[in-house]
Amino acid sequence: MYVYQDYDQRLLEERVAQYRDQTRRYLAGQLSEDEFLALRLQNGLYIQRYAPMMRISVPYGMLNTTQVRKLASITRDYDKGFCHVSTRQNIQLNWPEVADTPDILAELASVQMHAIQTSGNCIRNITTDEYAGVNPREIEDPRPWCEVIRQWATFNPEFAYLPRKFKIAVNAVPDADPALIGVHDIGVQIVHDHNGETGFQVWAGGGLGRTPMTGEVIGEFVAWPDLLAYLEAILRVYNKYGNRDNKYKARIKILVKALGADKFRELAEAEFAELKGGAMTLTREEVARIKACFVDPDYRTDVDTAALRNALDQHRAFNRWYHTNTRAHKKDGYRSVTLTLKKTGRIPGDITDEQLEAVADLADRYAFSEVRTTHQQNMVLADVAEDELYDLWRQLDALGFATPNLGLITDIVSCPGGDLCALANAKSVPIAEGIQRQFDDLDFVHDLGPLDVNISGCMNACGHHHIGHIGILGVDKKGKEFYQITLGGRGDRQSRIGEKMGPSFESHEVTGVIGKIIRVYLDNRLENEPFISTYERIGMDPFKEVVYG
Amino acid sequence: MAKVIVNGEIVENTWRRLTSEELEQQDVPAEGAVIVPLAYWLAHRDALLERAAPVGVCLEPGEEPADLAADLPALPLVAVNFPAFKDGRGYSYARELRTRYGFEGEVRAVGDVLQDQLFYMHRVGFNAFEVRADRDIEEALNGLRPFSVTYQGDVHDERPIYRRQSA
Ligand code: HEM
Ligand code: SF4
Repeated sequence: MYVYQDYDQRLLEERVAQYRDQTRRYLAGQLSEDEFLALRLQNGLYIQRYAPMMRISVPYGMLNTTQVRKLASITRDYDKGFCHVSTRQNIQLNWPEVADTPDILAELASVQMHAIQTSGNCIRNITTDEYAGVNPREIEDPRPWCEVIRQWATFNPEFAYLPRKFKIAVNAVPDADPALIGVHDIGVQIVHDHNGETGFQVWAGGGLGRTPMTGEVIGEFVAWPDLLAYLEAILRVYNKYGNRDNKYKARIKILVKALGADKFRELAEAEFAELKGGAMTLTREEVARIKACFVDPDYRTDVDTAALRNALDQHRAFNRWYHTNTRAHKKDGYRSVTLTLKKTGRIPGDITDEQLEAVADLADRYAFSEVRTTHQQNMVLADVAEDELYDLWRQLDALGFATPNLGLITDIVSCPGGDLCALANAKSVPIAEGIQRQFDDLDFVHDLGPLDVNISGCMNACGHHHIGHIGILGVDKKGKEFYQITLGGRGDRQSRIGEKMGPSFESHEVTGVIGKIIRVYLDNRLENEPFISTYERIGMDPFKEVVYG
Repeated sequence: MAKVIVNGEIVENTWRRLTSEELEQQDVPAEGAVIVPLAYWLAHRDALLERAAPVGVCLEPGEEPADLAADLPALPLVAVNFPAFKDGRGYSYARELRTRYGFEGEVRAVGDVLQDQLFYMHRVGFNAFEVRADRDIEEALNGLRPFSVTYQGDVHDERPIYRRQSA
């Protein structure tokens, strides 16, 4: 993990002091609602339907166990004893008091955490693959580059009042998009030139929400020393020319679309030409300093893989979990383990204070004291030795984090929806629960294979419904809750926006419709063909016929 | 007379800013330092340059600093208006004036200018601030220095922190 220097820490402490003073002035009536709004958003504080929501930044999803324990105590002392993992790898508190928020930020600062730029019209948390650094398919570790970008983006004075929020993701896997760069305002794809030197293919103009679209390649190959200059160039073009009259047209995707990728590129390249070679040029020393924070832990070389094979032979449930919830690791003898926070009946992504502490204990014992959050609202222990998997599994099972459904139909990504969110058109959690209850037969769920179901309670798309293989969107029809279903979205190998199936459904109809969609898939699939491939082969019509027929 | 923060000090505001509405009703007064809109400047440049008293130009969001570039050597002051503090275009304009065009005169933030934005404004090149009239300008002065640490370079020192540290 990135280790703070004294200046990183000082910056956080000064931020807490600044925000404490702002909150004092607000509570004393010296700052208007609107003025405080912009300031509190940049410190992670939204005001929600029932209470404020505080979004805590988890840079590229990395946490150490000291931080996890601090999150546990904060949720216990300042909230109702649980928090929520968001689809951008952050942690959200649902019921903090406004007056407590400076204290919460001070507690966070004591463990090198903060809520800086987690909302508001600024550059948000940088996200990446949750298996970054251990994924055997990545060409290099993306996290040092995330950190380089994070520092440039933090309190960047020119880009604090952008037309709209701005999200950047970094991906280092060549033929897949685990970081969803295709639907980010800027997506950075790490590539190597023929000399093996690092560079970046830079995308811009992707995004979900209203008018979902995938981004365009703006920079075909940006040499690594120029990364920040190139990003700055894009941000400057956006800051100057992004729409500020209509918030629904203010994202960079609308600007890229309106100008066309070629014109946008021309403007960005003109800015870049001026910045290139200047003081923003990254140095080998600085990149090396940051890379040194992301070295491998002390992997054991004596892992007893026979023990694993025995356990796999003897325990069917363990075997299933192993094949579903663990992933290959770059290091022989190790696996990455995903803890699914998707127990039926719980809000997807919710976790309690005690569970956080239990996860921290397990991470200390089995995973080099490190925990990650994922954009599918799960958690990851990235480095677990194979001969300890069985012990770990038993303990995770007792905690309810070993539901073997990673990437399957019941591993649903969902926003909090109408139960918590003032902007919702419809509830989303009961829909998730209905689907989880309908598909409660694990054998059947496994037989269905990989299937992403994503649910959002409104067009803001917090649940990323556009990129679900099956997407469910809450809509309002004359004051009643309805749900629109899309098929064929992807956020797995590549990003693709799903296609609307047709007229929307009432809440009690949704699980039945999902059942019919699954039936069409089962009737049509070829041997070992996952849902998304069947859909891409046979198209929308067979599904429509059965659902609306 | 109203006060303004210039180079970190609270001083009397000696400039009078004229809006395009005002300039439809009246001519630029013969006396005193004035700030005029970009369009007015472009239309009346020669006459304005003949005035004995100084003339500055105000940019609105959506206007291009480039349109003023050639005239900058003749100008002691460029103002950038913030009709609403949340409209951040002016930050890029100030930066452009300083780093692209090397403007060394006064760059003044006017309009919805508030304590909590001053630090960022200062970093992108503003050195003068007409704090909104209903706010305490003494208190606003605190807004110039909330942080002793900055990661990125800025118009005052273009080096990012790691280059400053090792220097
Ligand atoms: C609880 C109340 C919540 C509120 C009021 C809320 C509010 C919003 C709003 C207003 C937007 C769209 C407007 C904007 O672009 O800023 C948005 C987008 C988003 N929210 Fe939330 N949110 C909430 C919870 C969540 C949760 C729990 C998650 C994670 C599961 C989440 C993740 C996101 C994401 C990823 C987007 C961006 C979608 C995109 O445009 O790419 N939000 N949220
Ligand atoms: S998608 Fe809509 S309903 Fe769901 S959390 Fe976001 S804003 Fe709220």
